[in-house]
Amino acid sequence: MTRLLAFDAIVVALVITSLGAVLGPVAVVKGRRDWLGYLYAAVYTNFVLVTVSTLALIYGLVTHDFSISYVAQVGSRATPTFYTIISLWGALEGSIVFWAWVLAMYAAAVVWFNRKREGNLVPYAAVTLLVVTLFFHILLVGPANPFQPVFPVPFDGPGPNPLLQNHILMGVHPPLLYLGYVGLTVPFAFAVGAMLSGEVANDDWIRLTRRWTITAWGFLTAAIIAGMWWSYEVLGWGGYWAWDPVENASFIPWLTCTAYLHSVMVQERRGMLKLWNLNLMVGTFVLTILGTFLTRSGIISSVHAFTQGTIGYYFLGFIAVVLVSTLFLVAGNSDKLASEGRLDAPMSRETAFLLQNLFFTVFMLTVLIGTLFPLVAEAVRGVKVSVGTPFFNKMSLPLMVALLFLMGVGPALPWKKAAGPELKGKLLPGVVLGVLFMLAALFAGARNAYSLLAFLFSGFALGVNLDEFVRGANARVRAHGELWPVALSRLVGGNRRRYGGYVSHIGIVLVALGVTASSTFKKEQEATLKPGESITVAGHTLRFKTAWGREEPQRQVIGATMEWMDGDRVRAVIEPRMNYYPTSQQPVPTPEVKSTLRGDIYLNLMAFKQDGSNVTVKVIWEPLVPWIWLGGFVLCFGAIIGVLPQRKRYADAPSEPAPSAPQLAEGQP
Amino acid sequence: MTSKRTKWGALAAVGILVVAFGWLIYGGLDSNVVYFLQPKELLAKGAEGYDKPVRLGGQVKPGSVVWDDKALDLRFTVTDGTGEVAVHSKGAPPQMFKDGQGVVVEGRYGRDGVFKSTSLMVKHSNEYKAPTEGERPAEMYKSLMKSTGT
Repeated sequence: MTRLLAFDAIVVALVITSLGAVLGPVAVVKGRRDWLGYLYAAVYTNFVLVTVSTLALIYGLVTHDFSISYVAQVGSRATPTFYTIISLWGALEGSIVFWAWVLAMYAAAVVWFNRKREGNLVPYAAVTLLVVTLFFHILLVGPANPFQPVFPVPFDGPGPNPLLQNHILMGVHPPLLYLGYVGLTVPFAFAVGAMLSGEVANDDWIRLTRRWTITAWGFLTAAIIAGMWWSYEVLGWGGYWAWDPVENASFIPWLTCTAYLHSVMVQERRGMLKLWNLNLMVGTFVLTILGTFLTRSGIISSVHAFTQGTIGYYFLGFIAVVLVSTLFLVAGNSDKLASEGRLDAPMSRETAFLLQNLFFTVFMLTVLIGTLFPLVAEAVRGVKVSVGTPFFNKMSLPLMVALLFLMGVGPALPWKKAAGPELKGKLLPGVVLGVLFMLAALFAGARNAYSLLAFLFSGFALGVNLDEFVRGANARVRAHGELWPVALSRLVGGNRRRYGGYVSHIGIVLVALGVTASSTFKKEQEATLKPGESITVAGHTLRFKTAWGREEPQRQVIGATMEWMDGDRVRAVIEPRMNYYPTSQQPVPTPEVKSTLRGDIYLNLMAFKQDGSNVTVKVIWEPLVPWIWLGGFVLCFGAIIGVLPQRKRYADAPSEPAPSAPQLAEGQP
Repeated sequence: MTSKRTKWGALAAVGILVVAFGWLIYGGLDSNVVYFLQPKELLAKGAEGYDKPVRLGGQVKPGSVVWDDKALDLRFTVTDGTGEVAVHSKGAPPQMFKDGQGVVVEGRYGRDGVFKSTSLMVKHSNEYKAPTEGERPAEMYKSLMKSTGT
């Protein structure tokens, strides 16, 4: 019953999206604007239908309706309800349902907000959204159908993959990733709409989707950080980034999207880079689909790669269709995309953005090549290889350091004209802070050149970006006599994108500090301990108290009680565990982390004697790692500032320096 | 006139950048590609196989494991039935590590004929397979409970 409802809803949605995708272009070509209502109705109806289907699947999961193939595949009566619900995205088919639902939601919302706009941009964007939706519906009735009948109906199922039910972040990371990934379809659809309707010459497609792009970027950023966090808390190796193909798959579109967020400002301010921005957005979308292909086709093996089957061909076909059709569109529109402005001064904001785009593109290509190389090597030469972490580190470290530097120097440079003598004053706080950070790192024992440069430029970027707030607020205080906090909030409220961007820069600095400090100063040691014995790592003493076992409904747990000592006092009790799930021979390591502002103590239970007489634990001192998660929150906060509606403008502070037309053109939608 | 010259200049700059980038990528990949090999394939490489990053897959040869739990020093032999490679690794092996178990060790094959492992993973299939006697979690758990009296 539930199964039929869920499946039929998708079938009807498929029919309606197909009709809409055909009707839309016909209506535009015939000039029948009265038909557009039906086009938009198709978008809304699709959202309702996919919502029904998704809810029905969740209902099936919660009620343990094992007659539905997906429930029989991932469900189990012993799994706690929370993990039962989130197993919606625990395997291939369910994750495609969830994907289709997020896409339907975005499509309905963006069409609703723009339905009254004149011109053909929005209708064509709606058609593009429907075509993408159609692709996922085809997957759902074809190779990724979660609603197949199961007979005889089993009494119980195996439950989700143990790794995916071992930590609460599993409820956070995937939805964030989908909201980010899928959200990037919106600016893509408007880019295609602009090309189809011939409206590429103005910046409307960019302006209409600005908030959507920042929203998607914010979710994607949050998802990447949450994924790092999950990997850190769950996988037990004490790291958060391994250049795993799946991590790369989320990181690659993030790079192009971040480049785009910066380069559109050059287009809006100076009328340059129009062709480039169009390509960046199309490329970003293709990279999200490529990422989904990598993670969902089973072509690479990891926790994310669910299954093998024919689905990979569907993705490859879709990528080919998108690439060929957008290539034709871009070529057909290229005459309308000439630059209006030109680069007037080499030491200006534009140059910083151009360099930033260059570095981000090179970064993207590096990660992309490194990720795809094993596939190519296997296909061409028949050898099984992987690209080691050293490759990615070696290639990306110089780029990251250069980008940190640009993040500091960019906000201090004026648009259009060469930087004047005031530049020195703007850079001074950054230089001071950067030198302080580098000296602190030197003092702490850092000798690696990249690590020292990363500290230097982190401090530099932090100083310059913070100073922008101080400078702007001070100017308001002088000009309007406002209180400082009022001045600050009005400064940010008056130009949300700009200051939201600076907040995000500060978030990046926190992430960079956490990453640099933990990779420079991390200390780890393993020891086999009898009860009462202790181990000291980087000045932190851990004492092994006892080993224990515990039975839980869905699993059995074996743990070690460790005490973090401060002299004779117990500072904290940490209990790393191993969880045994009935479906897996292998225990799932469940490390425990105790965080302080200075760093984490990370404990992982490696092995135990069955009589409890000793355990082997790995102890890792991870300096500043919590700063990465904190930086993630700050990054998202910056995105939220950028998305919130612009408040009414307060008078600009007259002394707001440098930009020739202060902020106006930059911040206004 | 100037615009023509700038165009050529820009084109040349782009060309140089692309070549430099390609060269860097090629060099980076060349020295950092990790090969998946079985013992017989590694041995067949001869001197070519030394000091290159390799992922070696095979079974733990029964009776070959020497484990010093104080020094956290582990020595064992990986076999694929034909070839055998001695492996030396630091740190505790995964809980499921045992004779006959499929393993993947990452590291480099030294000229002394010992494979220095930097990471050791137990290979297991995701398919469900009933655990054998003694490795059932319930039993491990019970024996632990009994001995600690909790």
